Amino acid sequence: MAKALRTEELILNMGPQHPSTHGVLRLLVTLDGENIVEVMPDIGYLHSSVEKMMEHRNYTQCIALADRGMDYLAALSNEMAIVRAAETLGGIQVPERARYIRTIFLELQRIASHLLWLGTYGIDLGATTAFLWCMRERELVMDLFESVTGGRLHHVYFRLGGVNEDLPTGWTDRCREFCHYFLNRLGEYHRLLTGNPIWQARTQGIGVLTREQAIAFGASGPVARASGVPWDVRKTHPYEVYDRVEFQVPVYTEGDCFARYLVRMDEMRESARIILQCLDQMPQGEVRTPRLSLTPKLPPGEVYTRVESPRGDLGIHLVSRGEETPWRVKIRAPSFSNLFALTQMMKGWKVADIIAILGSIDIVLADVDR
Amino acid sequence: MSSGGPEVTSIARVPVEGSKIAPIEQLADVLYKLPGGALLLTTVENVLNWARASSLWPLTFGLACCAMEMMQAFATRFDLDRFGVIPRATPRQADLIIVSGRCTIKMAPVVRRLWEQMPEPKYVISMGSCATCGGPFYYDNYSILKGIDTVIPVDVYVPGCPPRPEALIEGVLKLQEKIKRERRLSRRA
Repeated sequence: MAKALRTEELILNMGPQHPSTHGVLRLLVTLDGENIVEVMPDIGYLHSSVEKMMEHRNYTQCIALADRGMDYLAALSNEMAIVRAAETLGGIQVPERARYIRTIFLELQRIASHLLWLGTYGIDLGATTAFLWCMRERELVMDLFESVTGGRLHHVYFRLGGVNEDLPTGWTDRCREFCHYFLNRLGEYHRLLTGNPIWQARTQGIGVLTREQAIAFGASGPVARASGVPWDVRKTHPYEVYDRVEFQVPVYTEGDCFARYLVRMDEMRESARIILQCLDQMPQGEVRTPRLSLTPKLPPGEVYTRVESPRGDLGIHLVSRGEETPWRVKIRAPSFSNLFALTQMMKGWKVADIIAILGSIDIVLADVDR
Repeated sequence: MSSGGPEVTSIARVPVEGSKIAPIEQLADVLYKLPGGALLLTTVENVLNWARASSLWPLTFGLACCAMEMMQAFATRFDLDRFGVIPRATPRQADLIIVSGRCTIKMAPVVRRLWEQMPEPKYVISMGSCATCGGPFYYDNYSILKGIDTVIPVDVYVPGCPPRPEALIEGVLKLQEKIKRERRLSRRA
């Protein structure tokens, strides 16, 4: 045949209802046959206008709003971000015990969030067992949360100048027991997935993000650390008691889906180690600064603080004009930057890899859209 | 809803003015007037209702935080599968849509279209405060819908922010009760 076959590009619309988009994300995928030419995410399907709403809430109410309106899988990290910004601006002191409690809860939250990620990533790639196992362990974390904060997902536990209530009797023992149990279970996950040839074939070498691209896109958290960027806010800008505990920041240089998986698996182990150290070091005493108003007026000024949420570098830019409410809150969401690194990761891969790559960056659409 | 209460039909099943009556319903109208027809219709209907209530297939459709609790309800500890509730990934195979979480104005047409794509009979559970009335996003907010029932008709509302998995299971059981009391064939005529 003299004439070559005519081919043309196809635009595929994926989402907003798709079981693997982890929420309401729409991807416009340009395909050449089975190969991906370009991917453009369409966001905004979960825009909840929290930044604007916070301008009409006092700081305690902002904490409750941050739970729901931002990254709902890491509610305590959001609370920490708001609380840290307000405390830095207002110069509010936090008792030692409260700082330890906060660290423990932040790390428990990280474990819960990564477990949910691992479970759903397993389902995306066809490993349903991983989902059922991860949810089993996640329930135990939820129980630990519930017995202290009363909530499973949304806690509203942190306050300016401490935490709401002290830990109930026997909670530290249960928490320690959970950590040892969980470290054993983590080995089980490794045996189930890490050496599994199917799992490796679906993730190894897929969706590579180079170090330069990661930095250029402002990627953070496990996505950046899997590309060889050793950036962890807990180490670079320590808050609470992260400078008093010993832990490692897992960094891999491959930049593929498998590296991102390994980073999160290692982070869960390190989180359990941090919790155990905090439980050993935790002193007795107050959990909340006494005589602090629930609706404090912060001095005029502005501040930018950051915390390490399970998804990466979560920043809050808070502007106060000396009122009970913030004048402006800008949220720097880690998922937002990580999502757009996706446009580079996906170029040149096959249709089936969309799901593997999208799952590996672990986005939460509420965090992207705020 | 207790069994002694008044029968409540959702908006979806109120016949629209001028709409065509399905052939099965025309047949039911004829049968109803024959001796013993009502008994037959009621028996057939009970069997149909039993089958519908025992295999509710929801659409895998998560909007926000409540989707996490919905997932948890399908997972290990709570296991909704034992009530015949098995999630399906496409609206064509689903007969229940669990609206889990806040729905934005941008998302509303999508939810409406998904609901329209589902085959009859179809049911809706509104899970959580946001889907029910806008929840914490009710005041001074420009992007969230103040309740999903402004877009699609809701059968069961599950309160909570987010509702626990047990609460969702309760909602599903309530919906099953409601389906079992439904009269599609014999209430005509």
